[in-house]
Amino acid sequence: MPILEGKGVTKYFGGLVAVSNVDFKVEQGEALGLIGPNGAGKTTLFNLISAALVPKPGTIRFKGENITGLKPYKICRMVVARTFQLVKVFADMPALSNVILGSYFGMSPGMSSKDAVREATELLEFVGLSAVKGTPAKDLTLANQKRLEVARALATNPELLLLDEMMAGLNPTEVGQAMELVTRIRDKGITIIMIEHVMKAIMNVCERIIVLHHGAKIAEGTPQEIVTSKKVIEVYLGEKAHAGS
Amino acid sequence: MIVTFLDIVIAGLLMGGIYALIAVGLSLQYGVARVLNISHGEFIMIGAFGTWMLYKMVGINPLITLAMCGPVLFLIGFFLHKTLFRSLLASSASADIFEAKSMLASFGLLFIIQNIAILTWGADIKSYSYLNYGVNLGGALFAANRLVTLLFAVVISTAFYLFLAFTRLGKGIRAAAQDPRTAGLMGVNINQVLALCFGFGAVMAGLAGGLLSMCYPITTTMGMEYTIIAIIVVVLGGLGSIVGSFIGGFLLGIIGSIVTYIEPGLAMVSYYVIFIVLLLAKPTGILGK
Amino acid sequence: MDITTLTSKKSLVWWVIILIIFILLAFVPLYAPGYAAILLISILMYVILTVSWVMFSGSTGYMSLAPAVFFGVGIYASAIIGGKLPFPIVVGIGGLASFCLALLVGALTLRLRGIYFAIFTFGLVMLMAHSLLFWELHVTGTRGRFVIVMGYNTIYYYLLGIFVLLLLTAYLINRSRFGLALQSIGQEEDAAAHTGVNVTMLKVTTFAISAFFMGAAGAVMATKWTYIDPFIAFNPFYSFMPVVMAIFGGMGQLFGPIIGAVILTYLEEFLITKFAELYMLIFGTILVIAILYLPDGLVGLIQKMWNRYSERKHADT
Repeated sequence: MPILEGKGVTKYFGGLVAVSNVDFKVEQGEALGLIGPNGAGKTTLFNLISAALVPKPGTIRFKGENITGLKPYKICRMVVARTFQLVKVFADMPALSNVILGSYFGMSPGMSSKDAVREATELLEFVGLSAVKGTPAKDLTLANQKRLEVARALATNPELLLLDEMMAGLNPTEVGQAMELVTRIRDKGITIIMIEHVMKAIMNVCERIIVLHHGAKIAEGTPQEIVTSKKVIEVYLGEKAHAGS
Repeated sequence: MIVTFLDIVIAGLLMGGIYALIAVGLSLQYGVARVLNISHGEFIMIGAFGTWMLYKMVGINPLITLAMCGPVLFLIGFFLHKTLFRSLLASSASADIFEAKSMLASFGLLFIIQNIAILTWGADIKSYSYLNYGVNLGGALFAANRLVTLLFAVVISTAFYLFLAFTRLGKGIRAAAQDPRTAGLMGVNINQVLALCFGFGAVMAGLAGGLLSMCYPITTTMGMEYTIIAIIVVVLGGLGSIVGSFIGGFLLGIIGSIVTYIEPGLAMVSYYVIFIVLLLAKPTGILGK
Repeated sequence: MDITTLTSKKSLVWWVIILIIFILLAFVPLYAPGYAAILLISILMYVILTVSWVMFSGSTGYMSLAPAVFFGVGIYASAIIGGKLPFPIVVGIGGLASFCLALLVGALTLRLRGIYFAIFTFGLVMLMAHSLLFWELHVTGTRGRFVIVMGYNTIYYYLLGIFVLLLLTAYLINRSRFGLALQSIGQEEDAAAHTGVNVTMLKVTTFAISAFFMGAAGAVMATKWTYIDPFIAFNPFYSFMPVVMAIFGGMGQLFGPIIGAVILTYLEEFLITKFAELYMLIFGTILVIAILYLPDGLVGLIQKMWNRYSERKHADT
């Protein structure tokens, strides 16, 4: 059974369709890339999966269970976690507290405070932020804030992790570190869906890619199939061939 | 029956004209300058008392006072923004913080202005008689001063609307209302526009006050009630929509007039019920998307 | 946590100081002149309103102008059932009535963000006052009500009791995981929801808990005024003052709002007795100056000065 399955997922904003009748399946343990030009509906699809928005019409199933219309906190506790395209860290809290919050509330029942602190400390180490665990999140660099979001998401003990443009705005060294982090997360057995404009990252990390354009799914396949697909080159790589990598 | 209905509608329009003027003023201050000016009503009070004082003591025609009142209140509003709200804007980390801070600062202004007014004019009710005779309109009698009030409210609002629609500065203000950052990038001097808007808001309030004083008794504590009505109308018309405020003013005037006809004690209650239901159901206002 | 163990000795000192303050406060009415009791009652009332306000609005960032609503509900509860039931129960009912109303209001409105929530709660104060006035004039045919009278000392002890309960509650919430979650809502509500925090539930519950204390304080204060009417009970002033006091004192620490409330209440009483005619003018000016020049409140200013002082000391050595 796929870990996540969407059927006919659609979302309108006013009269405009943002996501149009998209079907998708995500298998346990895989890393799925979600690409498409700006405004293709990628982040909207993430918002639908993580229940920030409700699809209308369409259903989303997690391990066969219909999760459409559940509240975001429930989705999170059902072991789906996410990061944000524009980072949303708890700015005035120390990095450690950002992560502890995930351990407290991201699963039910939540952890005891002793366990939560230990878990959060380990996760900060895992993403490479041990040195700044007492620093308020707003004082971290963008790359570190993005890692902090990942640690916070991992603290909710997810089986499925949604990464929204984790590499955007990072320099080449940081991109490399981020890719390495994604690989290590996968090695933990966590299924990943990632939105990314940095094609190198997608090609290296993901086994499978879905391409969205104007809200609709126009292609799906292995990285090799995607880069050679005429349709994809036309709508996506055509206009971004130089910008992407 | 038809006469009664007409009666109610005209009475509503008469009140609505004032509401519209007040609300357009607040709409400029909140919609553009992001200051939810709790002291808005105090500027209405200043306009009312200025008009009353000049009429009673020097015998100046209230309509002439209106013309003088405008520039004075504009300057007060303009410099208030240039000094107080400008520095609040500079020291606020986010738009939300600025909104909260500026609202509280305007609450302080309310205290200051009201106290000075009480010291100057006392706390008792004042009134004067101007154009106080009946005019027959479709079978019902209306006081001439109220009709003049409506006329002026409409003329002032329309003139201002034309100013917004067709002048360069007016377009700048509208741009700033929609998106201050982009407007700034496009070469609109944002700080200047915000101060101007605050000044224009004060003018609207002052003019409304002058008009009010022709028809109703006035007190130095009258401001709060009108501030609240202005807030309600601005929400009704949609925050930031100047046209919405104008229409909303008349709408609320007519609703108030209908409710007053049925049960006078419920007029204010009905305003709040509309306000609260609207905030919950459609916070973007009647014209909002 | 290691931070706690480091500071545990220091916090013990704090606990002792707080305990001593409360013991002193408990004995005040026995020795102080009548005027002091009246002043202390006003101070305690505002301290309770301010700390309750900060409990919800300070952390979540939702600026509530509803304190006057919950305070007023307590006042009316006391006016209606006072004398018919033992007074502690009256106070409890005043608090519970506010608690329930806050649950309802919160569930309906806490999806309004930013200034909308402030405007809404402010409208609610006026709606309550006008509806009640209409009800009294047209249904019961009265205007206002008389409330049972109690001695100042009794009022004082009731308020002190409520204050102690409130402080304990605020302290426990701040220390618990829910305190952290409330902060996260104030800083990034969406992220909090996606990190598993049931934001609606938490906001509504905290809003209601803070309303409980406001209502209880209202029930006690009603007996001091002996006669109340809708506009005395639901006075928007009681919505603004807690906000002003919290900002003046500074919301970074629990004692900031307390200091703000104590100083401003004392100032208010002083100005009303000495400069009644200029009271609003002076108070308004202080408010504007505080907003302009004390971004983190009085406590923030003191902390800043202290930091600068200790930095200089370090630089010297």
